[in-house]
Amino acid sequence: MQYIPNIIFVIALIAGIGYFTKNIRKVIRNIRLGKDVDRTDNKKERLNNMMMIAFGQSKMVRRPIAGILHVVVYVGFVIINIEVLEIIIDGILGTHRIFAFLGGLYDFLIGSFEILALLVLVSVLIFWIRRNVVNIRRFKTLKGWPKNDGNIILYFEVVLMTLFLTMNAADLQLQNLGAEHYIKAGSYPVSQFISPLFNGMSEGALILLERGAWWMHIVGILIFLNYLYFSKHLHILLAFPNTYYGDLKPKGQMDNLEAVTKEVMLMMDPNADPFAAPAEDEAETEPEKFGASDVTDLNWVQLLNSYTCTECGRCTSECPANQTGKKLSPRKIMMDTRDRLQEVGDNIDKNGSFVDDGKQLLNDYITQEELWACTSCNACVEACPVSISPLSIILDMRRYLVMEQSAAPSDLNNMMSNIENNGAPWPFNQMDRLNWNKE
Amino acid sequence: MSEAVKVPTMAEYMAEGKRPEVLFWVGCAGSFDDRAKKITKAFVKLLHSAKVDFAVLGTEESCTGDPAKRSGNEFLFQMQAVTNIEVLNAYEIKKVVTACPHCFNTLKNEYPALGGDYDVMHHTQFLKSLLDEGRLKVEGGKFKGKRITFHDPCYLGRANNVYEAPRDLLRKLEVELIEMKRCKRNGLCCGAGGAQMFKEPEPGNKDVNIERTEDALETKPDIIAAGCPFCNTMMTDGVKSKEKEDSIDVMDVAELIANAQDL
Repeated sequence: MQYIPNIIFVIALIAGIGYFTKNIRKVIRNIRLGKDVDRTDNKKERLNNMMMIAFGQSKMVRRPIAGILHVVVYVGFVIINIEVLEIIIDGILGTHRIFAFLGGLYDFLIGSFEILALLVLVSVLIFWIRRNVVNIRRFKTLKGWPKNDGNIILYFEVVLMTLFLTMNAADLQLQNLGAEHYIKAGSYPVSQFISPLFNGMSEGALILLERGAWWMHIVGILIFLNYLYFSKHLHILLAFPNTYYGDLKPKGQMDNLEAVTKEVMLMMDPNADPFAAPAEDEAETEPEKFGASDVTDLNWVQLLNSYTCTECGRCTSECPANQTGKKLSPRKIMMDTRDRLQEVGDNIDKNGSFVDDGKQLLNDYITQEELWACTSCNACVEACPVSISPLSIILDMRRYLVMEQSAAPSDLNNMMSNIENNGAPWPFNQMDRLNWNKE
Repeated sequence: MSEAVKVPTMAEYMAEGKRPEVLFWVGCAGSFDDRAKKITKAFVKLLHSAKVDFAVLGTEESCTGDPAKRSGNEFLFQMQAVTNIEVLNAYEIKKVVTACPHCFNTLKNEYPALGGDYDVMHHTQFLKSLLDEGRLKVEGGKFKGKRITFHDPCYLGRANNVYEAPRDLLRKLEVELIEMKRCKRNGLCCGAGGAQMFKEPEPGNKDVNIERTEDALETKPDIIAAGCPFCNTMMTDGVKSKEKEDSIDVMDVAELIANAQDL
């Protein structure tokens, strides 16, 4: 009988981690629906980017208030996880505070977890106020699920930190009472002030409180872990691969479509035989589609970008089109891409393989009006704290509109036919190009 | 243009069996747009004054394809690129300078993969290098002490991380350089990039160039300095719509330097 808590704990742990693993495998499967793009180069620079941008939060702190608060929550999250390790070992072995043998170091660790927990609570409170009370446009514009999602994560943090401190406060009382198992260990700079609330409680009640908080804390963490998949919050994991695989080229450089290069080189080759039959292996293959109308036309890095986005809205707040009232919002581009990708993934789960649902990313999620409002200024790319490029998706979708649908705004069609006919975006004769010198 | 200033073409150089130090890529705006032509002329004056051996392609130059590419017409872009590369490679061009950040970005970043690998510089970088080599004299002159704010072109700044060359030149003019609240990597677009120059904006509550002009006006400038012919147009229009064109000039960095010396 005495092993029942251990068994329940192990079952909860396996279930929690198992379900999370199942869902993460879906995320990976969905990301792999994207086209291949080679990001195996410059490993050192990539690693450096990951360490600076994701691990070191270098771009977060460009906005000091949100940045520093985020660093507090991030550091708290990472470091308090050492405590979770102890909880897991205690849970499996039925021990209590197994790391207590570390002595002074243990006191220091527990003490710093407590201070971090308090700082996290304060930061999360400020985050909540920023999201719900202060008039910050990038949060005000979130409605429905994305808004609730952001708040739910904050509530999670509050509950987890409160449980952690309650657990310690009750433990401290028990230590002072000299209760069995509750060895004197750890220092409690924060919970020592909560502890007096429990003065006069019986040992049994205190044990119930301590155990209750302990269990709810670890179960809460497992629920939080599994909530990630259903929320915008996967960035706590995906920020690392996303910054690693981010684009290293200058921001102004847009990739040259290889499929187009092949066609152009063929056209420019005076020795090419225009009547040549396609090669044996080419004859049956469908010609490659230019640009993107759905998520499967995007590359896997763009899809990873969409799962990494945590909807902070820095991109949209920097976007010149959005600031001047246009429909374009780079954040929405990323959210739409993820929503559609999730829909495609669910379709595959249900049917075994993708069955046409009569929908696509273009028009059903992202309208042409949004796409044509982009000035390609790279403000969104510069603003993203985790190296997401909404611009690359916008460009790929424009490519589809222009090259597959001939659906550019008529002004742009005029500009392009001018370039084709006379080598300038305006209707001037190429032979007049040096006339400025004669005026 | 005055008699003294000669603009040789690559074809003429080739006929004489000579190679210039640098090719000046004029660009479509620099060739055809009335406002931008003045920038082209100012830059040519500076090249002469620094005794730079340069040539232009003239009628052999064609659009780099930038607006086509940003519109999504990769096909047209690559046709333009491959054709231009054939011309540039035939003349064995090594070094290119241009006064347009869009040409600069395209030539520098997007041509190499298609076979066109050149040392490409924006004119502010090139002028800065002439200054450093002691070939070009940049000094206060008539702009000394004037309040000037520099608008970062997206395709020079964020796109290619060039922020200091134009500012270094302006400082040499002994002007009072004032930054807008959004500058350098946080600079706001003028509204012309991504082929927006050639179309009507989507419905909204304001034009981007007005928003940016307001940023500039907040600094109470005498002059708004630009480094891009399209930014120049957008900012000039913005200043006009605010009815400030009598008190505030929009000028390219090259024009400022040339005018300071009364070239």
